[in-house]
This record gives sequence, C-alpha cells and structure tokens, in this order.
Amino acid sequence: MRKFKENLSGRIFFILALSSISALALITVFIFIKGVPFIAEVGLFNFLFGSSWAPDHGEYGILPMIAGTFIVTFGAALIGIPIALCCAVFLAEIAPAWLRNLFRPAIQLLAGIPSVVYGFWGLVFIVPFIMNHFGGPGVGILAASIILGIMILPTVISISEVSILALPRQYKEGALALGLTHWQTIRSVILPSAKSGIVAAVILGIGRAVGETMAVIMIVGNAPAMPRSILDPVRTLTTNIGLEMNYASGLHEKALFATGIVLFIIIMILNASAQYFTRKRSF
Amino acid sequence: MRSKRLTILSAALIMLLSACGRENSASVIIAGSTSVHPYAELLAEEYYRLPHGMMVDVQGGGSSAGIMQVENGIADIGMSSRSLKENEQHLWQIEIAKDGLAIILHPSNSVDNLTKDQIRGIYAAEITNWSQVGGADKAIHIIAREDGSGTRSAFEELVMAGSRITPRAIIQSSNGAVRQLVSGNPSSIGFISLGMVDEGEKPVKAIAIEGAAATAENVANGSYGLFRSFLFVTKAEPEGSVKEFIDYVLSPDGQRHLLHEGLIGGAAG
Amino acid sequence: MRMKPQTSEKIAKTLIWTAALSVLVVLVAILVYILLKGLPHISWSFLTEIPRSMGREGGIASTIVGTLLVSFVAIIIAVPFGIGTAFYLAEYTRETMVTRFIRFSAESLAAIPSIVYGLFGLSFFVISLHIGLSILAGGLTLAFMILPTIIRTSEEAILAVPQSYRETSFSLGGTKWQTIRKSVLPSAIQGIANGIILSLGRCVAETAAVFLTAGMTLHMATSILAPTRTMAVHFYLLAMEGISMDNAYGTAALLIILVFIINVGANAFVNKAMAKGK
Repeated sequence: MRKFKENLSGRIFFILALSSISALALITVFIFIKGVPFIAEVGLFNFLFGSSWAPDHGEYGILPMIAGTFIVTFGAALIGIPIALCCAVFLAEIAPAWLRNLFRPAIQLLAGIPSVVYGFWGLVFIVPFIMNHFGGPGVGILAASIILGIMILPTVISISEVSILALPRQYKEGALALGLTHWQTIRSVILPSAKSGIVAAVILGIGRAVGETMAVIMIVGNAPAMPRSILDPVRTLTTNIGLEMNYASGLHEKALFATGIVLFIIIMILNASAQYFTRKRSF
Repeated sequence: MRSKRLTILSAALIMLLSACGRENSASVIIAGSTSVHPYAELLAEEYYRLPHGMMVDVQGGGSSAGIMQVENGIADIGMSSRSLKENEQHLWQIEIAKDGLAIILHPSNSVDNLTKDQIRGIYAAEITNWSQVGGADKAIHIIAREDGSGTRSAFEELVMAGSRITPRAIIQSSNGAVRQLVSGNPSSIGFISLGMVDEGEKPVKAIAIEGAAATAENVANGSYGLFRSFLFVTKAEPEGSVKEFIDYVLSPDGQRHLLHEGLIGGAAG
Repeated sequence: MRMKPQTSEKIAKTLIWTAALSVLVVLVAILVYILLKGLPHISWSFLTEIPRSMGREGGIASTIVGTLLVSFVAIIIAVPFGIGTAFYLAEYTRETMVTRFIRFSAESLAAIPSIVYGLFGLSFFVISLHIGLSILAGGLTLAFMILPTIIRTSEEAILAVPQSYRETSFSLGGTKWQTIRKSVLPSAIQGIANGIILSLGRCVAETAAVFLTAGMTLHMATSILAPTRTMAVHFYLLAMEGISMDNAYGTAALLIILVFIINVGANAFVNKAMAKGK
C-alpha cells in the first residue's frame, strides 16, 4: 500500500508539473506563432522603427509606442527610485521600531491598491493639477510617470530593504567603531555592499512599470505619435494592446501579438539582469 | 480537518459541474458600439420586464469589436454606429435608429459655431489655436476615439473627407470617456453621440454646425448634417430569441423608447 | 567644498525622513480619498442589488459575485497545478539545466504584463476554444497568469525547508511521499499560503486580463459559461465614463476593503492555523 501511494504520488506530481509546464509553453508558443508571421510579413525594421501606427491604412510602426514606454518608464524610475531607496534606508536603518511596524504594512497597503484605482486617482488629482499648473491637456507623459513612480515604490522598497537587512552586522558595526557617522556608514559601507540587491530591486521596479496597463491607459492620453515634451500625450506598448485588442482582426491582431513579443523580450532581458545581480553578492 | 476539506472541495465541484451549460442562461449577447450601448441596455431592461421577458446581456467595446465578435460567434448581435465595410457586407444588418454626431466643447469655450471645414482643419492639426476660429488664444486639445470606434468612422466619413485625423489626438475608448475629458478641459474638442451630450455629471456644450444647432429635430429635418445609422448586425438571418429581441426593438413599443431618449426613428419608422 | 560629517548627516536624514513621510502622505491621500468618498455609498442595498441603467442606479451585487467566481475558478485551477509543479521540481528532480530553465521561465512569465495574458486569453479561450466571454474564460486566463507566481513562491518555500528535516525523516524509514507530507509540507505551508494569498489579491484587483475574457454584462451570472463583470472592471467603466461617480467610489472602496481583508485576514488565518497545528 505504501509503495502504491508512493508511486501514485510521484506520478501525480509529475503529471501536474508536466501540465503546468505545457501550459506555460502554450502561452509562449501561441504568442510567437501569432506574432512572428506578422513580423515576417511587415518586416522587423518597419515594425520596430516605423513611426506611423495606423492599422486602417496598413501602417504598423510601433516606434512611438516604444518611445512612449521608454520615456514613461524612465520618468517613473526618476521619480520613484530615489524615494524608494530613501524609504528602504529609512526602514532598515533610521526608523524607530514603532514607526517601522507602521511603515512596513503601509507599504504593503500601497502594493495592494488596484491599478485602476491608481489610474482614477491620477485622473482626478494629478491630471487637473498638471493641466492647471504646467499647461497641456494634463494627460500625458508627466501624469503617467508620477503615478507609475508611486506604483513601483512597494517593489523597489521591499527588495532593497531585504538586501540591506541581509548584510552582516559586522559591516555596520565595524564602520561605526571606526568613528564614521550613521550617514557616512550608510553611504560608504551599507549601500555599496547592498548594491547588487538594490540594482535587482530597481530592475524589477522598472519591469513593473513597463508592464502596467490600466492605470496608464487612463492618464497617458494614448496618442500614437512621437512626443515633443513631457506634457504631450503618448502611447505605450501595453496601452496599445489594451486599446485595440478588442476589435483587432487579421493582420492587425497579429501586430498586437508581435507587440506582445516585444514586451516578452523586454521583460526577459530585465529579469535575466535582475537574476544576475541577485546572484552577485559583494560579501 | 481532512474530511472538512474534502467536503468543501466536493461541494465546490458539484456547484461547478451543475453550473455548466449555456442552456441555463438562455440569453442573447449583444456587443459593440459604445454609442448604441446605453440604448441597447435600456431596451434590454424594458424587454426583460415583458411577460416572456428574456435576459439580454449587453457589452460595449466599440463597433468594430461588436462586428468581430459576431463574426467569431462570441456575440449574437453586434451593435454598430457606422456602416459596414466591404469585407463585412456578408453579415445581416438592420437600422434600428438614427443618431446625431455632436461636436462638443467645454461650456466655458466662447466658440459656439463651426463649419465642417474648420472642424476638419482642427482634427487634421492644420488649425491649432482657438483664436484661429474665433476663440481665445489657447492651444486646441483634440480628443478622438480609437480606430475601431463606429463614431470615429462616422466622423471620418462625415467630416474629415479624406484627410487623416492627426496621430497627436488624445484617444479615449468610449463616448463617455471623451465626454468626461472634455467636461474637464476648457481647451478641448471632442465628438460623441448626440444622445450622450446631456448624460453625465459635468456639462459639455454641443456646438452648432454651419448655423444648425445640434438637436434631434434638426437631424430629423436635415438641417444638422452630421448623423449616422445605428445598426444591429448578425451573422446570418436572425431566428429564435435573437429575432424576437430585434423584432421588439423595431416594434412601435421599442422605437418609442428610443425616440423618448432623443434618437430618430429607424428603418421601421 | 567639504561638509562637516555632522551637517551631511543632518541633511541626509532630513531628506530620508521627508521621502518616507511623503510616501505615507500619498498613501493616506489615496486611501482616505477613496474610502471617504466611497464608504458612505456602501449600504445593504448597494451590496445586494444588481446595477441598473448602466450602473447609474442599483448596487453592485452581480459584480461582487462575478469577482468572487472568477477568482475562485482561477485559484482552484492554478493552485493544485502550481503546488504540484513546485514539489516536483524541488523534491523529485535534481538541479539540472532543465530545471533551471523551467525556473527562469516561470520567473519571466510571472513578470509578463497582464494585458498580454488578456490578449492570449481572448484569442485562445474566448475565440479559438469557443468558450465565449464567460467566467470560465476569465478564470482560465487568470489561472495562467498566476500559475508562474504560485510555482515560484511555492518552490522557494519548499527549498527553504532545511535539508535536515528530510534527512531525519528518511533515516527514520520514511518514504518520499511521507517525508513530503509530514516534514516538508508543514514547514513550507506558510510560504506557499502567502503566495496563494498574493495571487488571490491579484485576481481580485485585475482588470486588463479580465475585461475582455469575462465580459462586461451587468446581469448576475447564472453559470460559469455566462459572462460577468468584475468589480474592478465595473469601477473602471463607471469612472472612465462618468456614469455615476458615487457608485464608482463605492465600488472602489469595497474593492480596496476586499483586497485588504484578503491580505491581512488571510495572513492572520494562516498564522493562527500554523500556531494551532504546531
């Protein structure tokens, strides 16, 4: 009986694993099967570097969307990462215990807010603010960068904090014993030692920003054109799919899958880099 | 603990299994134009109240989405606010109403009247400042609909006359979303279904086109030139519950509801 | 210009405190705004009536049920497969190129944008498999979306169990299955449960992968092949179209409370169950 249970359980696990892996493979294969013929037909160069996206007229250039994703993500990183690092240091080094126990769940709460709520809040507060104080229609790169910057905070903060906390205590104690101030210790010893973990956190935060769709659709303006200022409306790779997948058919639909492939590859590269940095430890 | 887990699991399984079967719901699925959506929703509610009332599920998504879903068999009826394209002509269609196309501005905008050519110029990004059409010295923020929108197609057919809408236009995915954005931006311009102008919590202004005010009467008597047909589209000649609902929509009762909401009568009258 | 270390210390700490406090301020701004505007609209009728007139009137009962059903389907499919895969990878295979490749793939797929899953779900489940817009299609799409995360978090939890536990079990004559059940699983269950809770939170809040696979109808779903609207989708539509700001805030407030309950409440439940088990 025991032998039977043993064999059965082993076999069940194997079947479950095989099915899951097949499912994951299915997604990948499906996306590539639908997307690659499109790239073959339209041409990789025309696709990636064409600056006109007008499927009704047979134009499938996603350069404006690549630019949109890149600029909006860059803006989000510029806004979110410095603040996130400060918060990580705050949690790991500076906050008193009672505040730490308040702040950490607060960050978790921030992570739990649905993206549509972020987008809506951005629409109600950030967009009018930008329109009234900076000009332009309010929806656009700046609004999306601000909201995305807030949305990536939990990811970057939690992973950075873990990296800092993982450092051996001797590092900090040694530095303080040598007479360095707290801040000098943080700046010259702790942060450099936790560097790989922090870089991994940043990369994962960027991946999160690249993949966000709903919040961005609501506040980025969705104009498929190369932007001229940070107040201009723009479209990202994800919002392009979100806006058009409902009615795209034929070549148009394949173009969206091809956009999915581009996102796939971007995320793979980001993930591989993050893994590389997580594995690299300076101690 | 173990037997408890088992009972919960089996209860869930039984629930799921008994829940299978589309036959239970016996509903008609309508999808498509966001312009037609509120009216279809209203008709569905009224239809459900009738003695033989059946459930009709209404979805938005845009005219092209609805047509595609009918082709794919996901939806029974597609709603369209534009005419069918050449490669869609094999589908069955019927006009259920006519609707005006309104050009909307923020109420604080001093502009009240524009010609079709001026609107075309604005949307083609040839005219970029309100002062060029008699308004204040402010940049024009153009808002348009997504490519698959019937309203956009109708607008392109009626106003753009071959010119392309600039890719710099802000895109929103439904009439309501365009209206929302215009109601909050004093320098904006947008186009929506005439019936949607007064729906919503903040006001917008529908301007006159070449002197004719944007009202249902002016659409009916022809002086307001921007209007299009609302179509119901099916894969093949409708039958059964689908036919019954379409018959209801075309009946005097159904048409009365539509007229009451500001539309103009369809093919039936 | 060299600053005195004490000055740079003060400046740095001020900046850090400012950053931390501004994050708290933003969090409060978002939560308080939504809850303040939304809680007053959550009444018994709001919770039990279905939406009427495009969502202008009535409640959100059908969307609550829709959210729960879609998430339930997703979890019930993804959890057994995810945990099973994690155990297989961690316990029944050696560390090879293949397992490392699988792990990398799971990590990458966990990071793929949800809209890509939505696109896949629409094209594969809704259209190709003719399931149509339905709870089942939405649930399957979400299941695929959370599967990599469950595999990853479960495997991490399993691998974190000290090897000594297994060795002790083997030395006492236990088989692999017994070892897993009696030594590994109890220690790993907390991490596994955390991963499931995280994924459940994702399902409830998800919009992009759901709105084109589960549909947008306002009616109460009568079977898993019927379309439905989830709370997140309902909120998105209400807010974007300005149909009813009051109901939008109410939906958002309820959504936030639900996610909060899932994260906090479920964690507490797991902790209590663990304490009891030990």
